[in-house]
Amino acid sequence: MLTLDDLSAVWLTLKLATLVMVLLLLIGTPIAWWLARTRSPVRGFVGAVVALPLVLPPTVLGFYLLVAMGPEGPLGQLTKLLGIGTLAFSFPGLVIASLFYSLPFVVQPLQNAFEAIGERPLEVAATLRAGPWDTFFYVVMPLALPGYITAAILSFAHTVGEFGVVLMIGGNIPHKTRVVSVQLYDHVEALEYTQAHLLAGGMLAFSFLVLFTLYTFNLQRKNQYRS
Amino acid sequence: MQKIAAQFENDTGHKLTIISGATGKFYAQIKHGAPFDIFLSADDETPERLEKEGVAIAGSRFTYALGRLALWSARPGLVDERGNVLNKSDWQYLALANPKLAPYGAAATETITTLGLTNLLQKKFVQAENIAQAYQFVATGNAALGFVAVSQIYENGQLKSGSAWVVPKNLYTPIRQDGVILNSAKAKPAAAAFVHYLQTDKIKTLIKSHGYDI
Repeated sequence: MLTLDDLSAVWLTLKLATLVMVLLLLIGTPIAWWLARTRSPVRGFVGAVVALPLVLPPTVLGFYLLVAMGPEGPLGQLTKLLGIGTLAFSFPGLVIASLFYSLPFVVQPLQNAFEAIGERPLEVAATLRAGPWDTFFYVVMPLALPGYITAAILSFAHTVGEFGVVLMIGGNIPHKTRVVSVQLYDHVEALEYTQAHLLAGGMLAFSFLVLFTLYTFNLQRKNQYRS
Repeated sequence: MQKIAAQFENDTGHKLTIISGATGKFYAQIKHGAPFDIFLSADDETPERLEKEGVAIAGSRFTYALGRLALWSARPGLVDERGNVLNKSDWQYLALANPKLAPYGAAATETITTLGLTNLLQKKFVQAENIAQAYQFVATGNAALGFVAVSQIYENGQLKSGSAWVVPKNLYTPIRQDGVILNSAKAKPAAAAFVHYLQTDKIKTLIKSHGYDI
């Protein structure tokens, strides 16, 4: 059976993944929109920076976040200045690290979705005297919905599966930073294979269910449009 | 280990390939047929288990080092010579290796229990996956204090940086680090030669100079 510690790790993971997903959709939208629309020469630069977390191995990214969050690091200096201490080994620290880690998984699908809309709907909206905000909320967002669904699924799933970064900056504190992936890893390392199988099986089944539901929904919606 | 390997190759003409990693992972890999000849573990339980399960040659186990535990801070002057800083409250996090996984972590919790400080310190624990990560947590200043291996912070008997308290040996069970010869090395004389070499006085002195007992 799953222990209380296991369940607490599951709950913490769901909380983290949901929060990260919501925050990333908020942060990712303006970045993706800008990347999709701008002709600025720094476009390539920003696009590359956003994609960088894909290149670094998660433990390496985690290590540098640990250094940055430390009392001598730039992030640590900033948080100390704001009077909130250092971020490592805390839930907010995990959230911030996950934002970096999963950012490309939100920005890229949104950017693609925005680019696919093209100029025409925006011009039509403008001729109908829609303001830029109205255009965005009533024209762009509905048209980009599949992109939003993909971005939400990817950021959520990616955060659930996040391991290296959490391992490096989490400190494995029960109820605060011990997420499922770390708990699972501990079971394996301690040779508690039965517990590990149970937790891994549960995680897979749950993730499959969520993905299956969302993809089915997405597909049905597409078909509706066609008919 | 690199130094020992270099000397061994020089002295005997045998060739040695070192693969380093975490004990628990190596256990799983060896069980599933990893092509290793000798396994130098960071604990004494894993080699014993491998021997019992018939993956290692019976009777080939030996202790190559006794690990020593230290309380360390990257900040000079924070840790006093008797470890009294543990009783104080002007610091936030205490890093230690996961006691379930790492022998140094188990020694750390045992020390804390012996000192009667478990209730006071438990909420300050941040657990690292292994002793190398515990070192990282302290070195980057994210944890003010941490239990690490003496071998990580001393070089030729000198503390490299920060402040430290070498935990007295009577506070924890000795951290025995055992090695064992694996089945795949049955017909390899170089494996036996290396195990013998590890136990020569020359190498024992070298191991001691890196913060271990033997």
